[in-house]
Amino acid sequence: MATKPETEEGSGLADGLFLFVVVLLFWMLLTGSLDPSEIITGAVVALVVTLTSRPHLSIYSGVRLTPMAILPIINYLGVFFWELILANIDMARRVLSPSLPVRPAVVEVRTDLRSPLGRLALANSITLTPGTLTVDVQDQTLLVHWVDAPPDIDIENATRKITTKFERHLKGFLK
Amino acid sequence: MRILADMFLLIGATFTLFGSIGLIRMPDVYNRIQAGTKAVTLGSISLLIGIGLLYPQWWSKLLIIGLLIIITNPLGSSTIARALLKSGVQPWKKVETNTPEENSNG
Repeated sequence: MATKPETEEGSGLADGLFLFVVVLLFWMLLTGSLDPSEIITGAVVALVVTLTSRPHLSIYSGVRLTPMAILPIINYLGVFFWELILANIDMARRVLSPSLPVRPAVVEVRTDLRSPLGRLALANSITLTPGTLTVDVQDQTLLVHWVDAPPDIDIENATRKITTKFERHLKGFLK
Repeated sequence: MRILADMFLLIGATFTLFGSIGLIRMPDVYNRIQAGTKAVTLGSISLLIGIGLLYPQWWSKLLIIGLLIIITNPLGSSTIARALLKSGVQPWKKVETNTPEENSNG
C-alpha cells in the first residue's frame, strides 16, 4: 500500500471527519429513528464533540480508511469472536477441573503496530483470547500474563503464538 | 424464536457463572482477572443477543451496549493488572518450579 505524506492539517481534518461520522452513527443508533430533526440534532452534537476533542484527535491517525480495509476488518472480527468463544470454553475447562491446571507466567511479546489505536486494539484482543491478559504496553513490547505458559518460552515463540493471528488482520486497517 | 432466545440467555448465564467460580478458585489476582474478563464479556454479549431476540425493536441500543462492553471490559482489566504490577504484586507461580531457587536462598 502506497504511503502518502501526512501533513498536520490534512490528517487532522480527516481524523475530525472520522470522529464526526462515528459520533453521528452512535447518535442515530441511540435514538433509533431516521427522523430529519433527530439527525440534525445529532449532527450538531457530533460537531460539538468533534470540536471539543480536537486536541486528542491524533489518535485516529492510525486508522486506514480505504475500501481495501473492509476485508481485513471482517476477517479480524471473525477471528476475534471465534477466539473469544474458544477463550471461554478453555477458561471454563480450567476452572471446573478439580486439579486447576494453570502454569501462569508473565511473558513479553513484540508488535509491529506503531499507532496507539493499533496497539490498543491488539492489547484488547490479547486480553480476550485464551489464557492471556495484557498487563502493560511499552513502545513495541507488550507484557502479557499467560495462564498456561510453556516452561521456557522465548520472546519469538510467544510472539508467534499470541499476537500473529490478530496482527495479520489488524495491519490491514490500522497502522 | 423464544427457544433460541432462551438458549442464548442460558449460555450467557452459564458463562457468567463459570466466571464467578473462576474468581473463587484461581490462585492469584491476575488469574482471577483473566477468568472474570473473558467470561463476563462473552456472557454479557450472549445475554444481549438473547434480549435482542426477545425484543427486536431494541437492537440498536443493545448493539451499542455490546460494543462498549467489548471495548471497555478488556481495557479496564488491563489497566487494573498494570496498576497491580506497578505496585509490586508478584504473579503467583507453581511451587515446584520455584523450589530449587528457594532452597538455595535458604
